[in-house]
Amino acid sequence: MADISSNFLGIKSPNPFWLASAPPTDKKINVLRAFEAGWGGVVWKTLGTQVKNVSSRYSAVDYHGSRVMGFNNIELISDRPLDINLIEIKEVLKEFPDRAMVVSLMADNDRESWHELIKKVQDTGAHGLELNFGCPHGMTERGMGAAVGQDPEIARMVVEWVMEIATIPVITKLTPNVHSVVPTGLASVLGGTNALSLINTIQSVTGIDLDTLIPNPNVGGKSAFGGYCGPAVKPIALKFLTTIAQNEITRKVPVSGIGGISTWKDAVEFMLLGASNVQVCTAAMKHGFRIVEDMIEGLNYWMDDKGFKTLNDFIGKSVHTMSNWEDLDINYHVIANINQDKCVHCGLCYIACEDTSHQSITLDYGKPYNKYTIKEEECVGCNLCNLVCPVDDCITMVEHRKADEYMNWKDFQRLGLPLNDH
Amino acid sequence: MAITNFRLTTDEYTENFSDIHPPFENLTAALVEANRCIFCYDAPCIKSCPTSINVPKFIKQIATENIKGSAHTIFDSNIMGGGCSKVCPVEKLCEGSCVYNLMEEEPIQIARLQRYSTEKAIREKWPLFTRKPSNGKKVAVVGAGPAGLSCAHVLSRQGVDVTIYEKEAKGGGLMTYGIAAYKVTPEFCEDEVNYVLSLGGIEINYNQELGKNITLPELQSQYDAVYIGIGVGLARQLEIPGEHLEGVEDAISFIYDIRSKPFNQVKVGENVAVIGMGMTAIDAATQAKRLGAKQVTMVYRRTEAEMPCTQVELDIAKLDGCNIIWLAAPKEVLGVDGKATALVCSKMILGEPDASGRRSPIETGETIVLEVDMIIKAAGQMPFESLVSGLSLENKYGKITTDAHGVTSLNGVFAGGDCVNGGREVVDAVQAGKDGAAGILEFLSV
Repeated sequence: MADISSNFLGIKSPNPFWLASAPPTDKKINVLRAFEAGWGGVVWKTLGTQVKNVSSRYSAVDYHGSRVMGFNNIELISDRPLDINLIEIKEVLKEFPDRAMVVSLMADNDRESWHELIKKVQDTGAHGLELNFGCPHGMTERGMGAAVGQDPEIARMVVEWVMEIATIPVITKLTPNVHSVVPTGLASVLGGTNALSLINTIQSVTGIDLDTLIPNPNVGGKSAFGGYCGPAVKPIALKFLTTIAQNEITRKVPVSGIGGISTWKDAVEFMLLGASNVQVCTAAMKHGFRIVEDMIEGLNYWMDDKGFKTLNDFIGKSVHTMSNWEDLDINYHVIANINQDKCVHCGLCYIACEDTSHQSITLDYGKPYNKYTIKEEECVGCNLCNLVCPVDDCITMVEHRKADEYMNWKDFQRLGLPLNDH
Repeated sequence: MAITNFRLTTDEYTENFSDIHPPFENLTAALVEANRCIFCYDAPCIKSCPTSINVPKFIKQIATENIKGSAHTIFDSNIMGGGCSKVCPVEKLCEGSCVYNLMEEEPIQIARLQRYSTEKAIREKWPLFTRKPSNGKKVAVVGAGPAGLSCAHVLSRQGVDVTIYEKEAKGGGLMTYGIAAYKVTPEFCEDEVNYVLSLGGIEINYNQELGKNITLPELQSQYDAVYIGIGVGLARQLEIPGEHLEGVEDAISFIYDIRSKPFNQVKVGENVAVIGMGMTAIDAATQAKRLGAKQVTMVYRRTEAEMPCTQVELDIAKLDGCNIIWLAAPKEVLGVDGKATALVCSKMILGEPDASGRRSPIETGETIVLEVDMIIKAAGQMPFESLVSGLSLENKYGKITTDAHGVTSLNGVFAGGDCVNGGREVVDAVQAGKDGAAGILEFLSV
C-alpha cells in the first residue's frame, strides 16, 4: 500500500485528512470521536474573544431531491470559555499524540491581544496555529475575520504581530469574499506566515421560506448573511487554490485545501492543484466522522493504481496544465459522436444543442423513439451534448485537429488569420 | 359448499380489496421519484399515451412542487387522469416506453406520480379549469363513462351546455362498474365524476337508457348535436352445451356485482373456472379468489405468447394463486339438478395465424374435465348490436362506424369509445371523447 502519511510544516498526521475549524472541532468529545474514527488531524474551532451565538444557525441548499448541496451558517467563533478549550486541547493531545492539533485563532485587532492568545495556546502543546482571516459574518462588523482577510495591509500587520511570538508553525486562512485571494495571500507570506489555508466560507443567502417569506436561517423572524460551504463551493475553492499555486511567491508556502471536500476524489483534486493536505467540515456534518474511512481507503487504492508512493509524488501535479486562455491551442478540435447502440433517444442532446448551442444535431422522428445524429460540419466541439447525455460513453468527443501544428490566439492574431471561421 | 356469499370476515374483505398500487406516502417520496425523470425532449412516454399527456412536463412540475400545475397538465390532456393513473396498463403504454427501460433501469413510476397530483387535486377540489360563458349551444351525450365525460368536459370548457343521459345510477361507466375493486374504489369513482362536473355546464340525468327512456330522434330534435358513448357491455356467449346451467355467469355481471354491492353480498363458488385471458378475465379471476373461492382456474385456448392481458396482469393472477391451463377450450358444462358441476375442455394445439394475427387453436380430440361449481365467462365483449342497429347508424356487427373526430353516418350525431372500437382501454375512450368534442365544436362552429 502507498504511504499516505502527511507532513505539513513538520506537523505530522497519519493521513492528509484534517477536520476544519468549525462545530465538529469545538470540544474534546467531538475531537476524540473524530480521532477514533481515523481523522489525521483537526483545526480546533476558533478561539478568541467571548461571543454569544444565536439560534437557529444553519441552513442549506438542496438540489434535485439531494440534501445539502450547499450549506450555510451564521455561527461565530467558539462560544465556550477559553480556559475550558485550552484544558481540553491539552487532554486530547495526551490521548492522541500522533494526530495533528492545530488551533484556530481570532483576536481583537491589537498586538497585545494576539500575543496573549498565542502564548496561552502554545502552552497547551498544540502543533500549529491557524489565523482566522475568513469568517464572513458577525466578527467582520468588529473588524475581525474576513475584515482582516479583505485588507492585505491589515492582514500583513497581524501576521507580523503573530510571527513575533509564534514558536510553532502558523497557517493563515484566507477569505474568498474578495475578487482575488492572491493579494492577501501574498501579504501574509511577506508578513512571515509559514503556510496558507483556503477557502473560508462565502457570504451568502441560501434561500427563502416561501410560506413565511423569511430567508434561511430564520432567527425569530429575521435572517443575516451567512457563510456558504459544502459541495457547491468546491469549484470556486479549486479556482482560488490554483491562483495561489500559480503565484511565484505564494506557491512557496504549503497550502491546506478547504472547500466542499466530501470524498477522497475531491481531496486528490485539491492536492493535484497544490494543496499539501485538506480540511473537511460540511461532509462530516452531514454524515458524521465515519466518512474518513472511505477517504483513507480510496486515496490509498488510487495512489497504488497510479503508482504514487507518497503524497508528495502527486501534490501540485496538475498545476502546470492550468494555462491562460490565450495559450490554448486553437487548432485542437473535437467533434461529438453519438453511439446509436447506446442511445436511449431521450433527445436531451438535441434540445440542448438546438435551443442553446450550435444546432448541430439532426432529429429523425420515430414512434415512440426518435433518432439523433451529429451534423459534423456544424459541431464546434463544445461538449454540451456529451455533458447532458444520461448514458455513459454514449456521446464521445472525437479529436479532429484543424491542423497539425500548435497555434494559440496570439499567433493567430499575429498571422492575421480570419475570424468567425470555426 | 356451492356458490355462496359471506365467505370471509369483514377484515379479510378489506385486506383483499385494498389498493394494489399504494400511492406515494408523502411529498418527499414523490420528489425523489420525480427527480429521477430526465425530462426527455419529444418524450416517448407522451407518444405512447393515447391522450398524449405531457408526462415530462407534469413530472418536472411535481419536482418543483408545483403540484397544481402538474394536475392541470394531466387533466388538460386527460380529465380522467386520476382514474387512468390507477387502471391504465402503463407497462405497455407510458412506462413501457420510458427510456430507462433501454438503460435497463426501472422506468419512472409515471402512473404513481400522476396519481400523486391528480388525487390531491380531486381530494382538495382544485378549480383548475373555467368554462367560457355559455354560447347557447346544447349537446346531448349518451353515457357517462370515460368517453362521454371527457367529451362533455371539453365541450363545456368551450361554453357548450351539455346534458348527459346515463342508464346506471352512477357515472364513470367502466371505471365505476367494470374494473377490479382493488384498483379503484367506488368512492374514488364518485369523486372523479364530481370533479369533472365541478367545471359547471354539465348535467347528468341518471337511470336514462337509450332506446328505453330516451330515443335518438328525440335527442336529435332537442339538441344541436348528440355524442354516443355507450361502450360495450354484452358478454360473448360460449355457445356450448350446458351454458344455461346455474353457476355459469359472465364476467361483466360478476364484476358489476362486486362494484355495486358490499363484498359480503357477492356470491362466489368454491371451485371456479374463468374462461379467457384478457384484462376482464384477470379481474374476474383475481376477485373471485379475493372473495374467498378456494380454487380458481383460468382456462385459455391459446398459449401465454398469445394472451391479450399484460404480463403484469398475469402476475397478479398468479400471485393471487389462480391456476392457469393453457391450450384448453371449453366444450361442455356438465350439471346435476340444474347446477353446473364440471367444465369439459378440449385440449388444443396452435395452428396457423388467424385474422387477428395470432396462431389459432385447433382441437386435438383429447379432453380434460374440471370439477367446478362456478364458471365465469370472460371470452370477450360485444357491442349492443340490436340497440345500435335500431339507431339507423352505419355499423359493423353493432360497432358504430365513424370517420375522424367521431363523425357518424347521421348528421350531427357523433360517437366514440368502446361502442366504436369494440372495447379498448379507459384512456383510449378518454381520447375518443376529446376527438368527438373536436368534431362537435367544428360542426357547431364554436
